[in-house]
Amino acid sequence: MQEISPLYGKLSFGLLPHDPIAIGGAAFAVVCAIIILSFVTYTNLWKPLWRDWLTSVDHKKIGLMYLIVSAIILFRGIVDAFLMRAQQALSVGESYGIIDANHFQQIFSAHGTLMIFFVAMGFMSAIINLILPLQIGARDVAFPFLNSLSFWLFTAGAILVHLPLIIGDFSAAGWLAYPPLSGIAYSPTVGVDYWIWSLQIAGIGSLLSGINFLVTIIKMRAKGMTLFKMPMFTWTVLGSMLLVAFAFPILTVTLTLLSLDRTFGMHFFTADGGGNMMMYVNLIWAWGHPEVYILMLPAFGIFSEVVAVFSAKKLAGYTSMVVSVIAIVFLSFLVWLHHFFTMGAGAAVNAFFGIMTAIIAIPTGVKIFNWIFTMYRGRIRFHTPMLWFMGFVVLFTLGGVAGVVMAEPTADYQLHNTLFLVAHFHTMIVSGVLFGYFAGLTYWFPKIFGFMLDERFGRKAFWCWLNGFILAFGPLYILGLMGATRRLDHYSADMGFQPLFMVSAFGALLIGLGLYYQVRQIIFSIRHRQSLRDETGDPWDGRTLEWSTPSPVPHYNFAVLPEVEERDAFFVQKERRGRGPLQLEDEYKDIIMPKNTGAGLIISFFALCAGFAIVWHIWWLAVVGIFGAIVVIIIRTFETDTHYTISGEEVYETERLWRVRYDQSKKLVL
Amino acid sequence: MSTLKIKEHFGHEERHKDTTTVFGFFVYLMTDLVLFASLFAVYAVLYQNTAGGPKGSDIFVLPFVLTQTLILLASSLTCGLALLCAKKGSIRGVVSLLSITLVLGGAFLFMELYEFGKFIQEGYGPHVSGFLSAYFTLVGTHGVHIFAGLLFGTILIVSLVHSGFTRGNLRKLALFTLFWHFLDLVWIFIFSFVYLGAFI
Repeated sequence: MQEISPLYGKLSFGLLPHDPIAIGGAAFAVVCAIIILSFVTYTNLWKPLWRDWLTSVDHKKIGLMYLIVSAIILFRGIVDAFLMRAQQALSVGESYGIIDANHFQQIFSAHGTLMIFFVAMGFMSAIINLILPLQIGARDVAFPFLNSLSFWLFTAGAILVHLPLIIGDFSAAGWLAYPPLSGIAYSPTVGVDYWIWSLQIAGIGSLLSGINFLVTIIKMRAKGMTLFKMPMFTWTVLGSMLLVAFAFPILTVTLTLLSLDRTFGMHFFTADGGGNMMMYVNLIWAWGHPEVYILMLPAFGIFSEVVAVFSAKKLAGYTSMVVSVIAIVFLSFLVWLHHFFTMGAGAAVNAFFGIMTAIIAIPTGVKIFNWIFTMYRGRIRFHTPMLWFMGFVVLFTLGGVAGVVMAEPTADYQLHNTLFLVAHFHTMIVSGVLFGYFAGLTYWFPKIFGFMLDERFGRKAFWCWLNGFILAFGPLYILGLMGATRRLDHYSADMGFQPLFMVSAFGALLIGLGLYYQVRQIIFSIRHRQSLRDETGDPWDGRTLEWSTPSPVPHYNFAVLPEVEERDAFFVQKERRGRGPLQLEDEYKDIIMPKNTGAGLIISFFALCAGFAIVWHIWWLAVVGIFGAIVVIIIRTFETDTHYTISGEEVYETERLWRVRYDQSKKLVL
Repeated sequence: MSTLKIKEHFGHEERHKDTTTVFGFFVYLMTDLVLFASLFAVYAVLYQNTAGGPKGSDIFVLPFVLTQTLILLASSLTCGLALLCAKKGSIRGVVSLLSITLVLGGAFLFMELYEFGKFIQEGYGPHVSGFLSAYFTLVGTHGVHIFAGLLFGTILIVSLVHSGFTRGNLRKLALFTLFWHFLDLVWIFIFSFVYLGAFI
C-alpha cells in the first residue's frame, strides 16, 4: 500500500513520465501551454481576453470557445488514432511495435474518451451555442450565466483529462471503464480516477447546458414560431437536449458509484462484497446509447438545413421528420442492452432488445429518404456542406446496415468485441456526427465570421476524409469477420492480419491529410478574407432566421425581435420583399443584455481543483475546491447588477453601417 | 417591415423571466428525479446482497425513521405556509416560517447523520456490503440535497431580510418551496421502499 501524505496525497515525483513517447507527449503539452501563455502575455492580450472572451456570457462567443477547445482536442485524439494504427500495423510476430501494451491501452482509452466527450460533445455544444438562439429568433439563451458555467466546467474537464500527460497515468480500462478491470483491485493507479472526474465535471457541464437549451427552445422562441414551425435543426436539438436531461443524470450516478467503490472501498460493482458488475454495464449504457443519439440528432438537423438550402427546396416530409426525431428520442432508451448481448440475459431479453434495435433503424431510414426526396428535382448546388452530406448518406447507410446485422443477437455473439464492431461505430459516429458538424461549420462559417471558407481546400479535405475513412475502416470490417478482436496490441504473423492493418494505417494517413487541408483551408480563408467576405449575411440563400442578421452577428442578434408566420420564416419573408437587409427603421428601442461575469470560470476552477484533489486523495484541496465553488455561487446569487443596456442609437448605428456595407458590396458585384 | 414588429414592454419581459426560471427549475428537478431513480434502481438490485453483513430489517429502527419522516413532513407544511404568507405580503411571517422549516430540516439531517454514525460505529459502514453501499449512497444523496436546501433557505432568509419582497426574492422563494417539496417526495419513496420495504 502506498503512503499517502496529508499535504500531497498520492502525488510524487516518481510519477512523472519516463518513457520516450510519454516524455515527448508531456513536453509537447507543456511547450504548447508555455507558447500560448507567453504569446498572450507578450501581445498584452490578457485584459481584452478576460474582458471580452473568458468572462463572456454571449452565446456566440461561448460557442466559438467551445469550438476552439474541441478542435485542439481533436488533434490530440487524432494523434492517439495514428499511434493505434501504427501499433496494429507493426506489432506482429517478433516485432512489438512502437508502444508497450499498457501504454497502448491508455491510448485507446484516451482516444475514445476524448473523441466522444470532448470532441463530439464539444463540437455539438459549439454549433448549438452559435446557431440555435439565432435560429429561434432570440437574443440569448434562457440562462446566459449558466451557459458560461457549462462551458467552463467542460473546459475544466478537458484540462483534467489532459493532466495525465504530465503527472500520473490515464485509465487503461477502455473508454467506458468496465469493472472489475476499472476497480481498485485491477487498476490501482490514478488513471481511472482521472477518467471519472474529468467526465464527471464535463458531464455536469453538459447536463446544465442540456437544461439550458431545453428551456431556451421551449420558452424563448420568436413570436409566432409554434413547435411545428420550428426549423428542423431546432427540433433535433430539442430532441437531443431532452435526451441529455434524461440520460446524463445516469452518467453522474454511475461515475459517482464507481468512484465510491475505488475511493472508499464500497461494493457497487466489485466482484466481492455483494457488488454487481453487470449493473455498471447496464447503467453506463443506459446513458451511453442515448448519448449516441444526443450527438447524432443535431447532425441530422444540420443535414436537414443543408440539404434544403442547397437544393433550393423546402424540406420534404417535415412532419415525418419531426415524428422520427421523437421516435428516436423514445426508442433510444430501449436499446441499451444490445451493447452486451453476450452478458447472457437470456433469449427473451436479447430478442426484445434485438428487435428494438432493428426498429430504431426505421425512423433513421425515414430521414434518409426525406433528404433524398428533398434533393429530388431540386436545383442542387454541390458546395462543400453538400459534399459532406453525400459522403454521410453513403457511409451512414452502409454502417447502419452493419448495425442491423449486429442487432441480431445470434450474429452478435460472433461479432461482439471484434473490429467489425469498431468499424461499425466509427462509421456511424464519423459520418453521422463528425461529417455533420463539418458540414454545419462550413455552412454557418460565414454567419459566424463574416467570410466564407475556401471551397477548393474544402473539397480536397472532403475527398481525403471520405477515401481515407473507407481505407481506414473498410479493412476493419473484414478483419473483424476474420476474428481480430478490438484493442489488439499484438498478433502473430500467421493470422494474416497485417496487410489489412497496413491498408488501414494508410487510410489513417489519408484522413490526416484531410485534416491538414482543413487547417490550410482555415488559414487560407483568413488570409483571403477580404475577397471571401460576405456582407449580405445570407450567402447561401438561407431559409431560417439566422440568415436575416448581419454577419458576424452583433451582440444583440436581432435589432427587432422577428415574428414568424410560417416555416422557413426568412425564406418566406424574402419571397415577399426580395433579398437584402430589412429597411432601416427610424429608431430602435434600447436592448437589455446580460453582463459578462467571471463567476463561471472561477467556479469551474474550483471544480478543477476539487477533481484533481480527489484523484490524488489530497483531501484538504478537495474541501477548498468544493467550499470555494459554493461560496462563489452564493456570492453570484447576491449580485443584482447583472444587465446592461445597449442604447437604441448604438443599435441604429450598427444596423445603418451594415446596410452601407451591403450596398457597397452590391455595387462591387455589379 | 410587415413581418417584423417591435416587441413588448418591460412588464412582459419580467413575467417571462419568472416563468422561464420556474420552468427551468422544473426541468432541473426532473433531471434530479432521474438521478434518484438511478439510485433507487441500484438499491433494488443490491438490497439483497448483504454479503454476510446485516439485512435492512436487522438494523433499521422504524420509530426513529418515522419521527424523521414526520419532522420532514412538518417542515414541508411550514414551507408551504411561508409561500402563503408571501402572498399576503407578510415578510415577518415568511421569515419565521422559513426559519422553522430550516430548523426542522436541520433536525432531520442531524438525525440522519446520527443514524449513519450509529451504523458505522456498530461496524455496518458502507464498505461492508453491496446493500449497505447502496443504502448509504441513496439516503446520503438525499441528505446532501437537504444540506443544499438548508444553504439555499439560509440565503433566501438573508435576502428577504436584506431587501424584502423583490421580484428576484419571490422567484427564489418559489424555487425553494419547489425544491423542498421535491425532497419531501423523494423521502416518502425512501421511507416506503428502503425502510418499510425492509420489513416486508
